Amino acid sequence: MPTTFLRDARLKRQALFDVLFRNLTRVSAFAVLALLAAVIASLITGSMPAIHAFGFGFLTSSEWDPVNDQFGALIPIVGTLVTSSIALLIAIPVSFGIALFLTELSPRILRRPFGIAIELLAGIPSIIYGMWGLFVFAPLFADHIEPWINDHIGTMPYLGPFFSGPPMGIGILTAGIILAIMVIPFISSVMRDVFDVVPTLLKESAYGLGATTWEVMWNVVLPYTKVGVAGGIMLGLGRALGETMAVTFVIGNAHEISKSLLMPGNSISSALANEFNEAVGDIYTASLIELGLILFFITFVVLSIARYMLYKLGQREGKAA
Amino acid sequence: MNAETTANPKIIDPKIVVKDLNFYYGNYRALKDINLSIAEKMVTAFIGPSGCGKSTLLRTFNRMYQLYPKQKATGEILLDGTNILDKKQDLNMLRAKIGMVFQKPTPFPMSIYDNIAFGVKLYENLNKNDMDERVEWALRKAALWTEAKDKLKQSGTGLSGGQQQRLCIARAIAVKPQVLLLDEPTSALDPISTAHIEKLIDELKEDFTIVIVTHNMQQAARVSDFTAYMYLGDLIEFGDTSTVFTNPKRKETEDYITGRFG
Amino acid sequence: MTPMVNLYTRRRIINAAGLIISVLAMAFGLFWLCWILWTLLENGLPALAPAVFTHMTPPPGSTGGLLNAIAGSLMMTLVGTLIGTPIGILAGTYLAEFGHRGWLAPITRFINDVLLSAPSIVIGLFVYEIYVIHVRHFSGWAGALALSIIVIPIVIRTTENMLRLVPTTLREAAAALGAPQWKIVNFVTLRAARAGIITGVMLAIARISGETAPLLFTALNNQFWNSDMDKPMANLPVVIFQFAMSPYEDWQHLAWAGALLITLSVLTLNILARVLFRQSATTH
Repeated sequence: MPTTFLRDARLKRQALFDVLFRNLTRVSAFAVLALLAAVIASLITGSMPAIHAFGFGFLTSSEWDPVNDQFGALIPIVGTLVTSSIALLIAIPVSFGIALFLTELSPRILRRPFGIAIELLAGIPSIIYGMWGLFVFAPLFADHIEPWINDHIGTMPYLGPFFSGPPMGIGILTAGIILAIMVIPFISSVMRDVFDVVPTLLKESAYGLGATTWEVMWNVVLPYTKVGVAGGIMLGLGRALGETMAVTFVIGNAHEISKSLLMPGNSISSALANEFNEAVGDIYTASLIELGLILFFITFVVLSIARYMLYKLGQREGKAA
Repeated sequence: MNAETTANPKIIDPKIVVKDLNFYYGNYRALKDINLSIAEKMVTAFIGPSGCGKSTLLRTFNRMYQLYPKQKATGEILLDGTNILDKKQDLNMLRAKIGMVFQKPTPFPMSIYDNIAFGVKLYENLNKNDMDERVEWALRKAALWTEAKDKLKQSGTGLSGGQQQRLCIARAIAVKPQVLLLDEPTSALDPISTAHIEKLIDELKEDFTIVIVTHNMQQAARVSDFTAYMYLGDLIEFGDTSTVFTNPKRKETEDYITGRFG
Repeated sequence: MTPMVNLYTRRRIINAAGLIISVLAMAFGLFWLCWILWTLLENGLPALAPAVFTHMTPPPGSTGGLLNAIAGSLMMTLVGTLIGTPIGILAGTYLAEFGHRGWLAPITRFINDVLLSAPSIVIGLFVYEIYVIHVRHFSGWAGALALSIIVIPIVIRTTENMLRLVPTTLREAAAALGAPQWKIVNFVTLRAARAGIITGVMLAIARISGETAPLLFTALNNQFWNSDMDKPMANLPVVIFQFAMSPYEDWQHLAWAGALLITLSVLTLNILARVLFRQSATTH
């Protein structure tokens, strides 16, 4: 029976290929986990000298003195958190408006072009935002907006000290605004996508009671999608925290902490971009790598929460369908 | 063919009068010269095979189609003598007068109490006490009070399917509309919940004019006073439910009702 | 009736205000896009002389071009894509086709989604730590490696998404013929999802061609022509960064020219990817 024999051999070979191919894909999937582990391990190893030298004090010290090898991460951490918060304060309402426009208001023909235009905003490389911020936005900001802020908000009680200082154009506030423009496309496209999954019947029943478009969005669609919306916001926050080039151009790179948002500051990523290649000495390099480790840790946590929230919404969708 | 089809039953003092209504999805004509009257505080049922236009007709009564571009209605729909298809008709006010319940339960993502208060707050500024009373009134009307009174603060999505649908009915009547549109309200429910809702419809017609779309002929026979049979956008026959089911004037209606087609 | 009318007027005003704000938000978003593009054209077009494509990056204070930077960017983007794409497609295939049971698929999916938005400067640090330190010099290979790490998550995500769109009936039809699984995946499902996966790869290329941060500590820069991937390599983003931050006007002009080039290619890739995907989606 030569034919059966040939056939058997053939089947065996196919089965072998099956196992090989499946394991090849499995190894590739595993490589992603290995990559994450390697990133964390290498950052920890690299920052060991700094961890030994400064311990937990690294997180709370605002010292940054390359001459005497004294380093603390407080200023860049605060800078990163403050710029990202400013970015979110601006980006969340604007993104909601854009998502509302795209899902409910836009004429049907324009919906796609508008959506793509917003997504293109996300496609522009961050270094372009940086250049534009430094050469175009910052001078305008210094000449026209900051004097106004100084005169009107800078003189207010309580709020004043945060908004006064020489109008230089670059600084924490400028960095926050540029970051806002950069994360708007991320947040608004997640919001648009989650608004799109709201069942038509649910919206119709709210309209059927006589609710206005705004009331339907605010009282029904938003509560229904709140987990997904929060996920989108966290995603935007993750982006803002780790953004490097745009911030580096406009934040001013000053290792100082000042109350005023108009003053220059520093963020983790811009400290890395500016100083890493010029850092001399083990402790200096290790301190910068530890900054990177802190950044990775913060963004990892934020992005994990974001993904978890988006999964949760997805699962509920799956159950409802 | 329409002129001879619809020998309208004599309805004195109709709540809604539909005159020469046509409806278009883009270029497709989904309703063709519909003429009929809806009697006040009675139940009118629209039946017919799927795609016949019964839901479309129902959705013109509160102009729900207006959410979608390319859908339009021509003709007249008079609610107490006022043409609601008029451009000047305020949509929100119209929907305060005409409530609607959908094929599937649609509890809003909020508590049972807030689900009902949501609609009321759109039109009235009630203090806490009055609102409590209104919520209780609506829940009692919808035969949900005994089951829900202890969990008013819990999410509406936690109720069973049949309870959710009664919550939606409570939500619609809490606004105190004059007309209640029911679009296949039991199609997603089990037989027991369906029986609950049908009993409820019978009670509700004391206060409301009810229009129900159903794919279930027995249901139409059980709950309605008048029945309209539609086919491919035409109103084929309209009359007393008993007449339509026992002595239909048209052959098409008879065929559908006896299950020979559709 | 009056309180009801008042309440209603208030509701309408709130609604109108909300909707107007929504339109303004949209205009706000488009406004930045237009402004940034306009700035790029205004500053980049005059600087886009033929010399940009024929001369090397100049020393401070003299004129030159971006040829070595363009070539370096192309080489590193190419190599980065070539390394990252196969791994991404294989891992994405695992997630969509094989990972129905067990812990590996859900965890990988989650970690991958997190890596998708992880700060790219950390990737640069990572490659510096594991590679640059050991060979003791910056190099094109290191840059390409960093870029490939950014490519992988993007390709994994799109591959999985696209494979999931392939109807199960297609797999079942192939299986019913007695085809082994590796053949079903390679010759039926992956092929059916081809357009979508190519879209993903194009988006990944668009993303890495503008990336600056991961190249700072890996490829660094090189003022001269260099086609040796084992040496520091010039690349558009880092050149733009250095030149734009410099006080020399010639350098700043070149930076604008480079910025325009990068943005145009990134946006073109983005739009091409969408058009391609849409076309394939309508023909299937």
